[in-house]
Amino acid sequence: MPIMLKVNGQSRPLSLDTRTTLLDALREHLHLTGTKKGCDHGQCGACTVLVNGRRINSCLSLAIMHDGDEITTIEGLGTPDKLHPMQAAFVKHDGYQCGYCTPGQICSAVAVLEEIARGVPSHVQEDLTAAPRATNLEMRERMSGNICRCGAYSNIAEAMAEVAGVAG
Amino acid sequence: MKFDTPAQTNPIDKMVVVGRAVDRIDGPLKTTGTATYAYEHREAVNPAYGWVIGSAIAKGSFRWLNLNEVRAAPGVIAVVTAQEAGPLGKGDFNTAKLLGGPDVDHYHQAIGVVVAETLEQARAAAALARVEYARAEGQFDLVKALDTAAVVGDNGKPASPEIVGTFDAAFAAAPVKLDAEYTTPDHSHAMMEPFASIAVWNGDELTVWTSHQLIDWGRSDLAKMLNIPKDKVRFLSPYIGGGFGGKLWVRADAVLAALGAKAAGRAVKVALPRPFMMNNSTHRPATRQRIRIGARQDGTITAIGHESGSGDLPGGSPETATGQTKLLYAGANRLTALRLAVLDLPEGNAMRAPGEAPGMMALEIAMDEMAEKLGMDPVAFRIKNDTQVDPARPERRFSQRQLVRCLTEGAERFVWSRRNPKPGQTRDGRWLTGLGVAAAFRNHMSGTSAARVHLDADGKVAVETDMTDIGTGSYTIIAQTAAEMMGVPLDAVTVKLGSSEFPVSVGSGGQWGAANSTAGVYAACVRLREAIAQKLGFDPASALFEGGFVRSGNRSARLGEAAAQGRLTGEDKIEYGTLGKTWQLSTFGAHFVEVGVDAYTGVTRLRRMLAVCAAGRIINPKSARSQVIGAMTMGVGSALMEELVVDKRFGFFVNHDLASYEVPVHADIPHQDVIFLDEADDKANPMKAKGVGELGLCGVGAAVANAIYNATGVRIRDYPLTLDKYLDKLPPLV
Repeated sequence: MPIMLKVNGQSRPLSLDTRTTLLDALREHLHLTGTKKGCDHGQCGACTVLVNGRRINSCLSLAIMHDGDEITTIEGLGTPDKLHPMQAAFVKHDGYQCGYCTPGQICSAVAVLEEIARGVPSHVQEDLTAAPRATNLEMRERMSGNICRCGAYSNIAEAMAEVAGVAG
Repeated sequence: MKFDTPAQTNPIDKMVVVGRAVDRIDGPLKTTGTATYAYEHREAVNPAYGWVIGSAIAKGSFRWLNLNEVRAAPGVIAVVTAQEAGPLGKGDFNTAKLLGGPDVDHYHQAIGVVVAETLEQARAAAALARVEYARAEGQFDLVKALDTAAVVGDNGKPASPEIVGTFDAAFAAAPVKLDAEYTTPDHSHAMMEPFASIAVWNGDELTVWTSHQLIDWGRSDLAKMLNIPKDKVRFLSPYIGGGFGGKLWVRADAVLAALGAKAAGRAVKVALPRPFMMNNSTHRPATRQRIRIGARQDGTITAIGHESGSGDLPGGSPETATGQTKLLYAGANRLTALRLAVLDLPEGNAMRAPGEAPGMMALEIAMDEMAEKLGMDPVAFRIKNDTQVDPARPERRFSQRQLVRCLTEGAERFVWSRRNPKPGQTRDGRWLTGLGVAAAFRNHMSGTSAARVHLDADGKVAVETDMTDIGTGSYTIIAQTAAEMMGVPLDAVTVKLGSSEFPVSVGSGGQWGAANSTAGVYAACVRLREAIAQKLGFDPASALFEGGFVRSGNRSARLGEAAAQGRLTGEDKIEYGTLGKTWQLSTFGAHFVEVGVDAYTGVTRLRRMLAVCAAGRIINPKSARSQVIGAMTMGVGSALMEELVVDKRFGFFVNHDLASYEVPVHADIPHQDVIFLDEADDKANPMKAKGVGELGLCGVGAAVANAIYNATGVRIRDYPLTLDKYLDKLPPLV
């Protein structure tokens, strides 16, 4: 089935099996393998990408549902020579080990700070009507869909705090 | 280079680059998604996709297997089962074979692979396989199976309990005694990158991109299984998305990608689906442990006994959970014993700190209980029973042992004095709070490791070794080692890892990787320095390598000049003599934990965590710290949530995915602190380094359990400490 994805600012026409997930479209068809397959069941967050500005698990979404959508993957955030501030903060704070969950963590982290800035409430907010703040607890709660088995959480929290401009 | 006498002063001691907390050199690749993992290599053109079929029974055989619909399904290129594959060899490192049929050894054992043009086609076709099984009776209940289990040695062969002195009499005579049972459940590595391989044949030569911790083991075993010479296998793992011991052995993805590629006549990629991994591969076996400690009133341990039982498939080996108890505390009379039951569950095998991880989970609760019986502070009780020698062979001293300093500095930093020795007394609003401590202990192992180091005319240095980086920081610490040895800045060094085309390293496992692989690079650099000095006409013994120059007496040359007429190469390996037998080489630490337990709901939250580690020279404090905090996180998992639940009727792990096998997430983990004591162990290797990746896990679970006891007064000896085990025993609310 023919579709058009707008990936990292480029229009990418594709002809896909209706069963192909957005994740497999990115990895196997567009060879954008920065987006990782950890579980393929929406349980780990390694496949997190931004679709029209919102983070989603790309393994839980069929590619054909995204005809015309704007998709930002880890490759669209920055490159080794020109890192996005969140990527640079992950390097500085060693917010990763094996690196496999890392692209998903970074896409989520970028989206989390944007969600907090937009005032999207969360489960750990004491006052749901107040504007959320980028506290350690708040960020940890919102990042909990992204598993890191190497256990870099403490460092990821510090990387995010630096980008958010708050004390870790 | 043979390391058979303690290291003298050497170029690493300058610590211009080594010992610095530099950023990982592979960081920009990993954070931009440009590091290439097993399933992502594009050198193999036009790959087909394999999907593995797994057994739906735990034990028995097929009555029949009908693959007609599979073969007729759209896009299918080939189907390979045991019948098509013909006789396969069995790897030295596997207990269960990787392709079953018609006999089945465990649930989700692979019984075939379907190769199709696309992933979707392969998956859909595999679902059409029809298998009629003849199910056989299996043993899936560890408790029952241990009733008749024999005592074995670490290797699983029959043995007797190890006794020092006279344990029974000494324990009976001790005025203060503890005799308690502890259980730890089966654990899954649950590394983030699934098992995955791409295989392609070129004539009789096989290339496999896979995710493997130890290239040479993997290459040897894969060749053996496929009945081909080892030198016909090219085995590549430049980036590995976590392993934790689960990727020490060849798994079904590599074998079936190779068989599928042969049958399809083209490259084939196979990844094991996440819900298939936990029963298909290995796990850390559950244990049941009995610990007996006898002491005098002053806290001196007079008798210490530790027995552990675990299970495995026939021909398997035990979880060696008693190992640390032979060395961690003093005591004249000692007993340790392992029992091994035959179980028909999936294969038990190494997971991060095999033996010590579950052993310390039990032993360090026992020490907490014993301290309470004695009316002693748990830190003081451990210090009282420190030993500087192997208790069974007092002539063997520890090369370095700063357990006491780990405990005292940790206690001070954590403000341990705030702990109320009476449990269940401290409240912070709705939270019952408590502090817990545990010692950390893990032996250091030495292993042969080789590397090749090149110098080019531009003064750049390139290192090649088949060492792997499984998140441990190998790329970076190897670069730091070469930079220090050759006297160049870090960015003048490139590192290539994880290929069977490079010299054979020690690989990643058992926290032996960092120290031994860098020692191998050290040895290769010594050779390269000799070649450079010779080329420049300098005295190799006195030449100094600093700031991109080589100096000897009043002569000096740019490093690159030595390679002006062509690349210079040094290649060597580190090998070890008997220092590791003369001395006991171990790593030590102390874990401190503060928890809050919700007085109403029983929910446990970690509040603070601190580890103090004494593990020789720390080559890169930044990546080493990450190893430790990651291990602490896994330790929290083992304490609070991780458990593969056994279906004892049908013989499989029920919660075999990442939704139901719970591991810690961001919300579970507070800020973690790590302190490394300043050490350099000259008996270990020329780097004077040991390892920390497993040390960081050993004891954490018990520290959490002890903190929960301190918070609530409820002692739980069965991991994980889920709230159903203590909710009804919490202190009354009014």
